[in-house]
Amino acid sequence: MAFDQLSDRMQMALRRVRGKARLTEKDIDEMMREVRLSLLEADVNFKVVKNFTKDIKEKAKGDKILKGLNPSQQVVKVVHEELKELLGGETSVFTLDKSKRTTIMLCGLQGSGKTTTAGKLAKYLKEKESTNPLLVALDVYRPAAVDQLITLGEQLNIPVFERGIDDKPENIAKDSLVYAEENGHDVVIFDTAGRLHIDETLMGELQRIKDTITPDEILLVLDAMTGQDAVSVAEHFHQSLSITGSIITKLDGDTRGGAALSLRKVTDVPIKFMGLGEKLDAIEVFHPERMASRILGMGDVLTLIDKVQENVDEDDMMNMMEKMMSGKFNFNDYLKQLKMIKRMGSLGSLMKMIPGAGKMMKNADLDDKKLVYIETLIGGMTKAERKNPELIKKSSSRRRRIANGSGRSVAEVNRLIQTLDQQAQAVKKMGTMDPSKLDPKNPMKGMQGLQQPQKQGKKGKGKGKGGFRF
Amino acid sequence: MGFIKKLFQTKKRREKAQKYKIGMEKTRQNVFNQLNDLLKSGQKIDEDLFEAIEEVFIMADIGVDTVLKLVNHLRETVEVKKLEDAEALKEIIVEEMFKRYVQEEIVDTNLNVEDDLNVLLFVGVNGVGKTTTIGKVAHLLMQEDKKVLMVAGDTFRAGAINQLRIWSERVGCDFFEKPQGSDPSSVMFDAIQYAKANDIDVLLCDTAGRLQNKQNLMNELQKIHRVIGREIEGAPQETLLVLDATTGQNGLSQAKIFNEVTHLSGVVLTKLDGTAKGGIALAIKETIGIPVKMIGLGEKLEDLEYFDIEEYIYGLFSDVI
Repeated sequence: MAFDQLSDRMQMALRRVRGKARLTEKDIDEMMREVRLSLLEADVNFKVVKNFTKDIKEKAKGDKILKGLNPSQQVVKVVHEELKELLGGETSVFTLDKSKRTTIMLCGLQGSGKTTTAGKLAKYLKEKESTNPLLVALDVYRPAAVDQLITLGEQLNIPVFERGIDDKPENIAKDSLVYAEENGHDVVIFDTAGRLHIDETLMGELQRIKDTITPDEILLVLDAMTGQDAVSVAEHFHQSLSITGSIITKLDGDTRGGAALSLRKVTDVPIKFMGLGEKLDAIEVFHPERMASRILGMGDVLTLIDKVQENVDEDDMMNMMEKMMSGKFNFNDYLKQLKMIKRMGSLGSLMKMIPGAGKMMKNADLDDKKLVYIETLIGGMTKAERKNPELIKKSSSRRRRIANGSGRSVAEVNRLIQTLDQQAQAVKKMGTMDPSKLDPKNPMKGMQGLQQPQKQGKKGKGKGKGGFRF
Repeated sequence: MGFIKKLFQTKKRREKAQKYKIGMEKTRQNVFNQLNDLLKSGQKIDEDLFEAIEEVFIMADIGVDTVLKLVNHLRETVEVKKLEDAEALKEIIVEEMFKRYVQEEIVDTNLNVEDDLNVLLFVGVNGVGKTTTIGKVAHLLMQEDKKVLMVAGDTFRAGAINQLRIWSERVGCDFFEKPQGSDPSSVMFDAIQYAKANDIDVLLCDTAGRLQNKQNLMNELQKIHRVIGREIEGAPQETLLVLDATTGQNGLSQAKIFNEVTHLSGVVLTKLDGTAKGGIALAIKETIGIPVKMIGLGEKLEDLEYFDIEEYIYGLFSDVI
């Protein structure tokens, strides 16, 4: 994902030692130079990089490595483990003490994404932890910041406590707690104004808010694109507020996100969440292990599997497979399938989790809009046509009508029909295997099969490759 | 020291540079004091020193490639000139930074605002300060007696339209909006018709923040750009990438891809009043050729300055020299 480029570079660096039976000290030095550059290019703070490469060098130079059977693998392992360690070791589970009210205060620089994150976090805690959250608007400085939170609250159907921009944030915070008590909100999330970490007046204000509400969590929200300054930002916020954790945002970009490494190292508090897009469900628990694997180019299959399992009903899936195999797969089913995919997030973000897909992605033109077009096309069909695709196949006037009605071209209608056919064929092929042998714990296999033959000419490519292409 | 002294002979220039110096106080304190310590008189020039200099520049977020080239140049110069005292490096560093930025061109930082109808389009990733920058630019242009129209082109983010409207009320300029969720290209189209009918001089067009790897959003931006160009010949006169000074190496990727989509005319470097150095702007100029036109030094209306590389370097190095 965000660490794709870093992983490319690391892979280059590690390729040199791969296959070597024995590493000389010179090999290791050279490799560490690449690792250093790669991490610096990824915006990891240079002090952190220095310590990192030094540690690895020591470990790699140890007898154990040099005498080992496959030294290159061992170096990869050391680098991986070290990175994972740097990112926080084990996944920090976000637990709520349900016996009392949990208060969460967000802080950070301007533009780091606090307000959006507040909304996402509220939705996450409402849905995953079945809580009744309250959002509190304390940004009285940025024009329309309060409006923004109110709008988010409306979209999410989560109440927002606000007092406009004329009162002091600490007073608003205080009153919001009374309101939360009266209205049975067991989670309260405070959105504070963005500020520079060196702005002493505003940092003083944050401290007063903290003293007023004594929050259970103080989370620093940091933009993944932050450069070397991440260290200074993290240090200042940590010093004045003793933060309990952090959230990295905008990891859906193409930044290498080295700031995450620096942040973790400097504050020594866990990174708890990561923001992965503008949609309000684009937030995930931060996984150091997976992130480290990503850095080494191992992809992020685990997250993908999680997503699939969360969003795909197994019975639905099986029903659909059966239908396809019996040749009764129609446009209604296709629409259902599309909706399933859409629930999981954007195609781009899904693709990036598949190992090796990162490179392919750079050229692939993945456009979520195409999903919308397909939906419109299907929307332009009559009920009879949706049930029986043959009708459309046989009649060019029907195809023309559908194209005109949905504002797309006839060629697109044709392509859609082809896609449906190819899917059915692919499943039939798979169907010669016993469907019960499909691993229910890994519905991915099914998904890949379903999605694979979207375009003519893509057939016969390696399994999984070209999946999710439209 | 001749080079830098020559640059600051006039009083006016010194005064302006002083403003930079104050704005970038924190910037200088952190990094370049270290450089000052490194380049003390009597300090020997060796490989450790080069490495330390390298780190100082990397800490300023100047791109890794740019830094390596710069330091290699230092190494060569030291060898050719047989320099021994580290103090001599100060002048060489400043001169080299200047040369690399300017690259023997005339760098014009003035906004290209003619007598006719002008469009300034502001683009960038999320949270860099596009809306705030528009407020400041509007203020600046109104002092030049221009009739300004702010166009709320961010129809996506909650509260974005209101945020811009509040700015327009603060500076007292015209404001154009359509409901949230409208197609931003249609907002631009209608705004231009409005501007033509109402004798507007300059349109300042806000756009939604977008990460440069989001193909569909970049397509949308391309369309916005195209529609503006179709309605007014030669427009947008300026397409400015707003870049957060805290941004690291990703700034290069931003400049590259936004430039491919909209042909950037310049960069506005914001939040330079923090501890971040915005050094990536130097790498952007060197590798992509897009100059910094303006810098943001705070949250007030007046906290916007035309960028001047000489003053920027002076702001960074005034303690050093």
